[in-house]
Amino acid sequence: MKGYNFAYLDEQTKRMLRRALLKAVAIPGHQIPFGAREMPLPYGWGTGGIQVTASVIGRGDTLKVIDQGADDTTNAVSIRRFFAKTAGVRTTTRTAEATVIQTRHRIPETPLTDAQIIVYQVPQPEPLYKLEPSRTETRRMHALADYGAMHVKLYEQVARYGQIAISYDYPVMVNGRHLMAPSPIPAFDNPKMHRMKALQLFGAGREKRIYAVPPYTEVVSLDFEDYPFRAGRAPHACALCGDTASYLDEVVTDDRGGRMFVCSDTNHCATRRERAA
Amino acid sequence: MADHILAHPGFADPVHDAQSSFRALLQALARPGTLHAVAAPPDPPAPLSPATAAVLLTLVDSDAPVHLAGPFALLAPWVAFHTGSGEAAADGAAFVLADALPEFAALPTGSDEIPEASATVILQVPALKGGPPLILRGPGIETMQEFAPLGLPGDFVARWAANRRLYPRGIDLVLCAGDRIAGLPRSTTVTEWR
Repeated sequence: MKGYNFAYLDEQTKRMLRRALLKAVAIPGHQIPFGAREMPLPYGWGTGGIQVTASVIGRGDTLKVIDQGADDTTNAVSIRRFFAKTAGVRTTTRTAEATVIQTRHRIPETPLTDAQIIVYQVPQPEPLYKLEPSRTETRRMHALADYGAMHVKLYEQVARYGQIAISYDYPVMVNGRHLMAPSPIPAFDNPKMHRMKALQLFGAGREKRIYAVPPYTEVVSLDFEDYPFRAGRAPHACALCGDTASYLDEVVTDDRGGRMFVCSDTNHCATRRERAA
Repeated sequence: MADHILAHPGFADPVHDAQSSFRALLQALARPGTLHAVAAPPDPPAPLSPATAAVLLTLVDSDAPVHLAGPFALLAPWVAFHTGSGEAAADGAAFVLADALPEFAALPTGSDEIPEASATVILQVPALKGGPPLILRGPGIETMQEFAPLGLPGDFVARWAANRRLYPRGIDLVLCAGDRIAGLPRSTTVTEWR
Protein backbone atom coordinates (compact mmCIF):
# COMPACT_ATOMS: atom_id res chain seq x y z
CA MET A 1 0.00 0.00 0.00
CA LYS A 2 1.45 3.35 -1.02
CA GLY A 3 1.99 6.08 1.55
CA TYR A 4 2.33 3.74 4.50
CA ASN A 5 5.10 1.64 5.94
CA PHE A 6 4.72 -2.14 5.92
CA ALA A 7 2.01 -3.06 8.47
CA TYR A 8 1.07 0.61 8.95
CA LEU A 9 3.32 1.48 11.92
CA ASP A 10 6.63 3.31 11.45
CA GLU A 11 9.84 1.45 12.27
CA GLN A 12 10.65 3.38 15.45
CA THR A 13 7.21 2.57 16.88
CA LYS A 14 7.71 -1.08 15.98
CA ARG A 15 11.10 -1.11 17.73
CA MET A 16 9.50 0.35 20.86
CA LEU A 17 6.78 -2.30 20.76
CA ARG A 18 9.29 -5.05 20.03
CA ARG A 19 11.49 -4.11 22.99
CA ALA A 20 8.40 -4.12 25.22
CA LEU A 21 7.36 -7.53 23.84
CA LEU A 22 10.75 -9.08 24.59
CA LYS A 23 10.60 -7.81 28.19
CA ALA A 24 7.03 -9.07 28.44
CA VAL A 25 8.15 -12.54 27.36
CA ALA A 26 10.99 -12.44 29.91
CA ILE A 27 8.57 -11.62 32.76
CA PRO A 28 5.46 -13.73 32.04
CA GLY A 29 2.21 -12.04 33.09
CA HIS A 30 3.81 -8.71 34.00
CA GLN A 31 2.32 -5.65 32.28
CA ILE A 32 4.77 -3.43 30.36
CA PRO A 33 3.71 0.14 29.54
CA PHE A 34 4.15 1.20 25.92
CA GLY A 35 3.43 4.30 23.86
CA ALA A 36 0.21 3.26 22.13
CA ARG A 37 -0.29 5.10 18.85
CA GLU A 38 -3.38 6.58 17.32
CA MET A 39 -4.75 3.90 15.02
CA PRO A 40 -7.28 4.27 12.20
CA LEU A 41 -10.02 2.74 14.33
CA PRO A 42 -11.30 3.66 17.77
CA TYR A 43 -10.16 2.40 21.14
CA GLY A 44 -12.17 -0.65 22.08
CA TRP A 45 -11.86 -2.10 18.58
CA GLY A 46 -8.60 -3.86 19.19
CA THR A 47 -6.00 -1.13 18.80
CA GLY A 48 -3.68 -2.85 21.30
CA GLY A 49 -3.90 -6.17 19.51
CA ILE A 50 -3.42 -4.49 16.14
CA GLN A 51 -0.26 -2.72 17.29
CA VAL A 52 1.16 -5.98 18.66
CA THR A 53 0.27 -7.81 15.45
CA ALA A 54 1.78 -5.00 13.34
CA SER A 55 5.09 -5.22 15.18
CA VAL A 56 5.23 -9.02 14.93
CA ILE A 57 3.83 -9.84 11.49
CA GLY A 58 6.00 -10.44 8.41
CA ARG A 59 5.51 -11.08 4.71
CA GLY A 60 5.53 -14.85 5.17
CA ASP A 61 2.79 -14.90 7.79
CA THR A 62 -0.80 -16.02 7.41
CA LEU A 63 -3.20 -14.07 9.60
CA LYS A 64 -6.48 -15.17 11.15
CA VAL A 65 -8.63 -12.71 13.09
CA ILE A 66 -11.57 -13.73 15.27
CA ASP A 67 -14.09 -11.78 17.28
CA GLN A 68 -15.86 -13.87 19.94
CA GLY A 69 -14.80 -16.94 17.97
CA ALA A 70 -16.24 -15.71 14.67
CA ASP A 71 -14.20 -14.89 11.55
CA ASP A 72 -17.08 -13.05 9.89
CA THR A 73 -18.04 -10.28 12.32
CA THR A 74 -17.31 -6.61 11.63
CA ASN A 75 -14.31 -6.29 13.92
CA ALA A 76 -12.64 -9.46 12.62
CA VAL A 77 -13.30 -8.63 8.97
CA SER A 78 -12.03 -5.07 9.22
CA ILE A 79 -8.83 -6.01 11.06
CA ARG A 80 -8.14 -8.82 8.59
CA ARG A 81 -8.64 -6.39 5.70
CA PHE A 82 -6.45 -3.80 7.43
CA PHE A 83 -3.48 -6.17 7.41
CA ALA A 84 -4.23 -7.57 3.97
CA LYS A 85 -4.07 -3.98 2.74
CA THR A 86 -1.20 -2.49 4.78
CA ALA A 87 1.04 -5.57 4.98
CA GLY A 88 -0.14 -7.61 1.99
CA VAL A 89 -0.16 -10.76 4.11
CA ARG A 90 -2.20 -13.85 3.38
CA THR A 91 -5.29 -14.24 5.53
CA THR A 92 -7.27 -17.29 6.44
CA THR A 93 -10.22 -18.37 8.53
CA ARG A 94 -8.75 -21.82 9.17
CA THR A 95 -7.07 -22.02 12.56
CA ALA A 96 -4.55 -24.66 11.48
CA GLU A 97 -3.34 -22.57 8.50
CA ALA A 98 -2.66 -19.40 10.48
CA THR A 99 0.78 -18.42 11.82
CA VAL A 100 -0.54 -15.36 13.66
CA ILE A 101 -4.04 -15.31 15.19
CA GLN A 102 -5.45 -12.08 16.55
CA THR A 103 -8.40 -12.64 18.82
CA ARG A 104 -11.06 -10.75 20.66
CA HIS A 105 -12.35 -12.75 23.61
CA ARG A 106 -11.93 -16.38 22.50
CA ILE A 107 -9.25 -19.03 22.07
CA PRO A 108 -9.92 -21.29 19.07
CA GLU A 109 -11.19 -24.81 19.82
CA THR A 110 -8.44 -26.34 17.63
CA PRO A 111 -5.35 -26.69 19.84
CA LEU A 112 -2.64 -24.21 18.81
CA THR A 113 0.84 -25.37 17.81
CA ASP A 114 4.35 -24.16 18.60
CA ALA A 115 4.50 -22.59 15.12
CA GLN A 116 1.71 -20.15 16.01
CA ILE A 117 1.42 -16.85 17.89
CA ILE A 118 -1.89 -15.74 19.37
CA VAL A 119 -2.47 -12.01 19.98
CA TYR A 120 -5.25 -11.05 22.40
CA GLN A 121 -7.11 -7.74 22.29
CA VAL A 122 -7.35 -6.54 25.88
CA PRO A 123 -9.73 -3.84 27.15
CA GLN A 124 -8.53 -3.84 30.79
CA PRO A 125 -5.10 -5.37 31.43
CA GLU A 126 -5.14 -4.79 35.20
CA PRO A 127 -6.80 -7.74 36.98
CA LEU A 128 -6.98 -5.72 40.20
CA TYR A 129 -8.60 -2.68 38.60
CA LYS A 130 -12.08 -3.24 40.05
CA LEU A 131 -10.60 -3.77 43.51
CA GLU A 132 -8.05 -0.97 43.44
CA PRO A 133 -8.45 1.77 40.82
CA SER A 134 -5.06 3.39 41.49
CA ARG A 135 -2.31 2.25 39.13
CA THR A 136 0.32 3.28 41.64
CA GLU A 137 -1.27 0.94 44.20
CA THR A 138 -1.79 -2.00 41.85
CA ARG A 139 1.81 -1.74 40.64
CA ARG A 140 2.94 -2.05 44.25
CA MET A 141 0.57 -4.98 44.79
CA HIS A 142 2.12 -6.77 41.80
CA ALA A 143 5.62 -5.93 43.08
CA LEU A 144 4.81 -7.53 46.44
CA ALA A 145 2.69 -10.32 44.88
CA ASP A 146 0.02 -9.04 47.28
CA TYR A 147 -3.05 -10.69 45.79
CA GLY A 148 -5.08 -11.21 48.96
CA ALA A 149 -7.74 -8.77 47.80
CA MET A 150 -8.55 -10.95 44.80
CA HIS A 151 -8.93 -14.02 47.00
CA VAL A 152 -11.25 -12.02 49.25
CA LYS A 153 -13.33 -11.10 46.20
CA LEU A 154 -13.61 -14.77 45.22
CA TYR A 155 -14.43 -15.70 48.82
CA GLU A 156 -17.18 -13.08 48.98
CA GLN A 157 -18.71 -14.57 45.84
CA VAL A 158 -18.67 -18.02 47.39
CA ALA A 159 -20.30 -16.59 50.53
CA ARG A 160 -22.94 -14.72 48.53
CA TYR A 161 -23.64 -16.99 45.56
CA GLY A 162 -22.34 -20.35 46.75
CA GLN A 163 -19.78 -20.40 43.93
CA ILE A 164 -17.15 -18.30 42.23
CA ALA A 165 -19.38 -16.30 39.91
CA ILE A 166 -16.93 -15.04 37.26
CA SER A 167 -17.81 -16.24 33.79
CA TYR A 168 -15.24 -14.30 31.74
CA ASP A 169 -11.92 -12.49 32.33
CA TYR A 170 -11.38 -14.99 35.14
CA PRO A 171 -8.10 -14.05 36.90
CA VAL A 172 -5.09 -16.34 36.51
CA MET A 173 -1.69 -16.72 38.15
CA VAL A 174 1.09 -16.91 35.60
CA ASN A 175 4.35 -18.76 36.29
CA GLY A 176 3.37 -18.82 39.97
CA ARG A 177 4.19 -15.13 40.32
CA HIS A 178 2.03 -12.58 38.47
CA LEU A 179 -1.74 -12.21 38.65
CA MET A 180 -2.96 -11.64 35.10
CA ALA A 181 -6.17 -10.71 33.30
CA PRO A 182 -6.66 -13.30 30.54
CA SER A 183 -8.73 -10.69 28.64
CA PRO A 184 -12.51 -11.26 28.51
CA ILE A 185 -12.29 -14.81 27.21
CA PRO A 186 -14.86 -17.13 28.80
CA ALA A 187 -13.56 -19.01 31.84
CA PHE A 188 -14.14 -22.06 29.59
CA ASP A 189 -11.01 -21.03 27.65
CA ASN A 190 -8.75 -20.51 30.68
CA PRO A 191 -7.46 -24.10 30.78
CA LYS A 192 -6.30 -23.73 27.16
CA MET A 193 -3.81 -21.05 28.29
CA HIS A 194 -2.10 -23.45 30.68
CA ARG A 195 1.12 -24.77 29.11
CA MET A 196 -0.14 -23.74 25.66
CA LYS A 197 2.33 -24.61 22.89
CA ALA A 198 1.84 -21.26 21.13
CA LEU A 199 3.29 -17.95 22.29
CA GLN A 200 0.55 -15.74 23.77
CA LEU A 201 0.83 -11.94 23.43
CA PHE A 202 -1.59 -9.39 24.89
CA GLY A 203 -2.12 -5.77 23.78
CA ALA A 204 -4.23 -3.11 25.50
CA GLY A 205 -4.32 0.04 23.36
CA ARG A 206 -6.31 2.45 25.47
CA GLU A 207 -4.58 1.31 28.67
CA LYS A 208 -1.20 1.19 26.88
CA ARG A 209 0.00 -2.11 28.29
CA ILE A 210 1.60 -5.20 26.76
CA TYR A 211 2.07 -8.57 28.41
CA ALA A 212 2.88 -12.12 27.38
CA VAL A 213 2.79 -15.77 28.30
CA PRO A 214 5.59 -17.88 26.76
CA PRO A 215 4.86 -21.45 25.60
CA TYR A 216 4.52 -24.19 28.24
CA THR A 217 4.03 -21.65 31.03
CA GLU A 218 1.92 -22.44 34.09
CA VAL A 219 -1.37 -20.51 33.92
CA VAL A 220 -3.58 -21.35 36.89
CA SER A 221 -7.10 -20.01 37.42
CA LEU A 222 -7.54 -18.78 41.00
CA ASP A 223 -9.75 -20.96 43.19
CA PHE A 224 -10.06 -22.63 46.56
CA GLU A 225 -9.44 -26.28 47.51
CA ASP A 226 -13.11 -26.74 48.42
CA TYR A 227 -14.37 -24.53 45.58
CA PRO A 228 -12.20 -25.61 42.64
CA PHE A 229 -12.19 -23.74 39.33
CA ARG A 230 -14.76 -25.08 36.88
CA ALA A 231 -14.93 -24.23 33.20
CA GLY A 232 -18.61 -23.85 32.38
CA ARG A 233 -20.45 -24.13 29.07
CA ALA A 234 -24.12 -24.17 28.14
CA PRO A 235 -25.42 -27.75 28.65
CA HIS A 236 -26.45 -28.24 25.03
CA ALA A 237 -25.18 -29.61 21.74
CA CYS A 238 -24.41 -27.19 18.90
CA ALA A 239 -27.57 -26.87 16.77
CA LEU A 240 -25.47 -26.84 13.58
CA CYS A 241 -22.68 -29.38 14.08
CA GLY A 242 -23.84 -31.25 17.17
CA ASP A 243 -20.64 -30.69 19.16
CA THR A 244 -21.20 -31.32 22.88
CA ALA A 245 -17.76 -30.11 23.99
CA SER A 246 -17.27 -26.73 22.27
CA TYR A 247 -18.14 -23.33 23.73
CA LEU A 248 -21.64 -22.25 22.64
CA ASP A 249 -23.29 -18.93 21.83
CA GLU A 250 -26.97 -18.53 22.61
CA VAL A 251 -28.76 -17.03 19.61
CA VAL A 252 -32.25 -15.57 19.97
CA THR A 253 -34.22 -16.53 16.86
CA ASP A 254 -37.58 -14.78 17.27
CA ASP A 255 -39.57 -12.65 19.72
CA ARG A 256 -41.46 -15.61 21.21
CA GLY A 257 -38.67 -17.09 23.28
CA GLY A 258 -37.14 -19.14 20.46
CA ARG A 259 -33.42 -19.71 20.78
CA MET A 260 -30.64 -21.95 19.60
CA PHE A 261 -27.15 -22.78 20.78
CA VAL A 262 -24.33 -22.79 18.22
CA CYS A 263 -20.55 -23.06 18.36
CA SER A 264 -18.92 -19.72 19.09
CA ASP A 265 -15.88 -20.82 17.04
CA THR A 266 -17.25 -20.55 13.48
CA ASN A 267 -14.26 -22.24 11.85
CA HIS A 268 -14.49 -25.18 14.25
CA CYS A 269 -18.20 -25.55 13.52
CA ALA A 270 -17.80 -25.28 9.73
CA THR A 271 -14.95 -27.79 9.70
CA ARG A 272 -17.03 -30.30 11.64
CA ARG A 273 -19.96 -29.86 9.26
CA GLU A 274 -17.68 -30.27 6.21
CA ARG A 275 -16.34 -33.52 7.64
CA ALA A 276 -19.83 -34.80 8.39
CA ALA A 277 -21.13 -33.96 4.90
CA MET B 1 35.60 7.10 9.65
CA ALA B 2 32.83 7.97 7.21
CA ASP B 3 34.35 5.45 4.78
CA HIS B 4 34.27 2.83 7.51
CA ILE B 5 30.60 3.49 8.21
CA LEU B 6 29.62 3.33 4.56
CA ALA B 7 31.76 0.27 3.85
CA HIS B 8 29.62 -1.71 6.28
CA PRO B 9 25.98 -1.02 5.52
CA GLY B 10 22.99 -1.86 7.70
CA PHE B 11 20.20 -4.25 6.73
CA ALA B 12 19.82 -4.83 3.00
CA ASP B 13 16.06 -4.48 3.55
CA PRO B 14 15.61 -2.45 6.76
CA VAL B 15 11.89 -3.15 7.25
CA HIS B 16 11.71 -6.85 6.49
CA ASP B 17 15.13 -7.86 7.81
CA ALA B 18 14.34 -6.13 11.12
CA GLN B 19 10.98 -7.90 11.25
CA SER B 20 12.51 -11.28 10.54
CA SER B 21 15.33 -10.72 13.06
CA PHE B 22 12.80 -9.62 15.66
CA ARG B 23 10.80 -12.81 15.16
CA ALA B 24 14.01 -14.77 15.72
CA LEU B 25 14.58 -12.78 18.94
CA LEU B 26 10.99 -13.28 20.06
CA GLN B 27 11.22 -17.03 19.50
CA ALA B 28 14.68 -17.15 21.12
CA LEU B 29 13.42 -15.54 24.34
CA ALA B 30 10.08 -17.38 24.29
CA ARG B 31 11.88 -20.73 23.87
CA PRO B 32 15.09 -20.36 25.89
CA GLY B 33 18.16 -22.19 24.67
CA THR B 34 16.87 -22.89 21.15
CA LEU B 35 18.86 -21.53 18.20
CA HIS B 36 17.37 -19.16 15.63
CA ALA B 37 18.79 -17.66 12.43
CA VAL B 38 18.52 -13.90 11.90
CA ALA B 39 18.44 -11.86 8.69
CA ALA B 40 21.96 -10.47 8.94
CA PRO B 41 23.33 -7.33 7.29
CA PRO B 42 25.63 -8.19 4.37
CA ASP B 43 29.02 -7.11 5.73
CA PRO B 44 29.09 -6.14 9.42
CA PRO B 45 32.25 -4.40 10.70
CA ALA B 46 34.70 -6.49 12.73
CA PRO B 47 34.45 -7.66 15.45
CA LEU B 48 30.64 -7.85 15.10
CA SER B 49 29.26 -11.21 14.07
CA PRO B 50 26.36 -11.04 11.58
CA ALA B 51 23.90 -12.08 14.31
CA THR B 52 25.14 -9.46 16.76
CA ALA B 53 24.87 -6.75 14.11
CA ALA B 54 21.33 -7.85 13.27
CA VAL B 55 20.25 -7.73 16.93
CA LEU B 56 21.67 -4.21 17.30
CA LEU B 57 19.97 -2.96 14.14
CA THR B 58 16.67 -4.55 15.20
CA LEU B 59 16.41 -3.26 18.77
CA VAL B 60 18.65 -0.27 19.38
CA ASP B 61 17.69 3.33 18.63
CA SER B 62 17.73 6.78 20.19
CA ASP B 63 15.19 5.66 22.82
CA ALA B 64 17.23 2.61 23.84
CA PRO B 65 20.87 3.50 24.43
CA VAL B 66 23.50 0.80 24.13
CA HIS B 67 26.72 0.37 26.08
CA LEU B 68 29.55 -0.98 23.93
CA ALA B 69 31.90 -2.96 26.18
CA GLY B 70 35.46 -4.13 25.47
CA PRO B 71 36.44 -4.38 21.79
CA PHE B 72 33.03 -3.11 20.66
CA ALA B 73 33.78 0.43 21.95
CA LEU B 74 35.50 1.10 18.60
CA LEU B 75 32.16 0.62 16.83
CA ALA B 76 30.50 3.66 18.42
CA PRO B 77 30.41 5.70 15.16
CA TRP B 78 28.96 2.76 13.19
CA VAL B 79 26.30 2.10 15.82
CA ALA B 80 25.45 5.81 16.10
CA PHE B 81 25.09 6.16 12.32
CA HIS B 82 23.01 3.04 11.71
CA THR B 83 20.80 3.04 14.82
CA GLY B 84 20.77 6.66 16.06
CA SER B 85 21.68 5.44 19.53
CA GLY B 86 24.00 7.45 21.68
CA GLU B 87 26.48 5.61 23.82
CA ALA B 88 25.45 4.95 27.40
CA ALA B 89 27.31 4.08 30.56
CA ALA B 90 26.82 0.48 31.63
CA ASP B 91 24.60 1.45 34.57
CA GLY B 92 22.20 3.44 32.36
CA ALA B 93 22.04 1.23 29.30
CA ALA B 94 19.02 -0.57 27.85
CA PHE B 95 21.41 -2.88 26.00
CA VAL B 96 24.95 -3.92 26.81
CA LEU B 97 27.02 -5.35 23.97
CA ALA B 98 29.91 -7.48 25.20
CA ASP B 99 32.10 -10.44 24.30
CA ALA B 100 32.65 -11.39 27.95
CA LEU B 101 29.82 -11.69 30.44
CA PRO B 102 29.68 -8.39 32.39
CA GLU B 103 29.15 -8.26 36.15
CA PHE B 104 25.36 -8.02 36.51
CA ALA B 105 25.72 -5.85 39.62
CA ALA B 106 27.07 -3.04 37.43
CA LEU B 107 23.95 -3.04 35.20
CA PRO B 108 20.38 -1.84 35.75
CA THR B 109 18.21 -4.74 36.95
CA GLY B 110 14.95 -2.80 37.29
CA SER B 111 12.87 -2.46 40.43
CA ASP B 112 10.20 -4.75 41.86
CA GLU B 113 7.58 -2.31 40.54
CA ILE B 114 9.26 -1.73 37.16
CA PRO B 115 11.29 -4.89 36.54
CA GLU B 116 11.38 -4.20 32.80
CA ALA B 117 13.69 -1.20 33.38
CA SER B 118 16.62 -3.57 33.22
CA ALA B 119 19.46 -4.15 30.78
CA THR B 120 19.47 -6.81 28.09
CA VAL B 121 22.97 -8.16 27.59
CA ILE B 122 23.87 -8.98 23.98
CA LEU B 123 26.72 -11.42 24.38
CA GLN B 124 28.79 -12.39 21.37
CA VAL B 125 30.25 -15.85 21.89
CA PRO B 126 32.41 -18.12 19.65
CA ALA B 127 29.62 -20.70 19.21
CA LEU B 128 26.17 -21.62 20.52
CA LYS B 129 26.98 -25.35 20.48
CA GLY B 130 29.86 -27.51 21.62
CA GLY B 131 30.45 -25.93 25.01
CA PRO B 132 29.84 -27.39 28.46
CA PRO B 133 26.21 -28.51 28.49
CA LEU B 134 23.71 -26.67 30.67
CA ILE B 135 20.16 -27.68 31.52
CA LEU B 136 17.47 -25.00 31.26
CA ARG B 137 14.05 -25.08 32.91
CA GLY B 138 11.24 -22.56 33.17
CA PRO B 139 8.67 -20.72 31.04
CA GLY B 140 9.01 -21.50 27.34
CA ILE B 141 10.46 -24.97 27.98
CA GLU B 142 8.29 -28.09 27.89
CA THR B 143 10.37 -30.11 30.35
CA MET B 144 14.03 -29.24 30.01
CA GLN B 145 16.26 -27.82 27.31
CA GLU B 146 19.93 -28.57 26.77
CA PHE B 147 22.06 -25.56 25.88
CA ALA B 148 25.82 -25.69 25.40
CA PRO B 149 27.26 -22.37 24.21
CA LEU B 150 31.00 -21.68 24.18
CA GLY B 151 32.38 -18.57 25.81
CA LEU B 152 30.47 -18.38 29.08
CA PRO B 153 32.54 -17.89 32.24
CA GLY B 154 33.27 -20.92 34.46
CA ASP B 155 31.11 -19.54 37.27
CA PHE B 156 28.15 -18.83 34.95
CA VAL B 157 25.70 -21.13 36.71
CA ALA B 158 26.29 -19.41 40.07
CA ARG B 159 26.09 -15.93 38.53
CA TRP B 160 22.89 -16.78 36.70
CA ALA B 161 21.39 -18.27 39.88
CA ALA B 162 22.08 -14.93 41.62
CA ASN B 163 20.31 -13.16 38.74
CA ARG B 164 17.42 -15.63 38.96
CA ARG B 165 16.99 -14.86 42.66
CA LEU B 166 16.25 -11.21 41.80
CA TYR B 167 13.11 -12.23 39.88
CA PRO B 168 11.02 -10.42 38.65
CA ARG B 169 14.02 -8.08 38.50
CA GLY B 170 17.02 -9.25 36.54
CA ILE B 171 19.11 -9.24 33.39
CA ASP B 172 18.00 -10.89 30.15
CA LEU B 173 20.64 -12.42 27.92
CA VAL B 174 20.81 -12.77 24.14
CA LEU B 175 23.72 -14.87 22.89
CA CYS B 176 24.99 -14.40 19.33
CA ALA B 177 27.38 -16.43 17.20
CA GLY B 178 27.68 -16.49 13.41
CA ASP B 179 24.20 -15.79 12.08
CA ARG B 180 22.40 -17.44 14.99
CA ILE B 181 21.06 -16.32 18.32
CA ALA B 182 19.73 -17.90 21.51
CA GLY B 183 17.93 -16.30 24.43
CA LEU B 184 18.17 -16.68 28.16
CA PRO B 185 15.43 -14.63 29.85
CA ARG B 186 15.59 -13.96 33.59
CA SER B 187 12.79 -16.49 34.18
CA THR B 188 15.01 -19.43 33.14
CA THR B 189 16.65 -21.66 35.75
CA VAL B 190 20.07 -22.95 34.69
CA THR B 191 21.84 -25.98 36.13
CA GLU B 192 24.91 -27.93 35.08
CA TRP B 193 24.47 -31.19 33.22
CA ARG B 194 25.03 -34.15 35.53
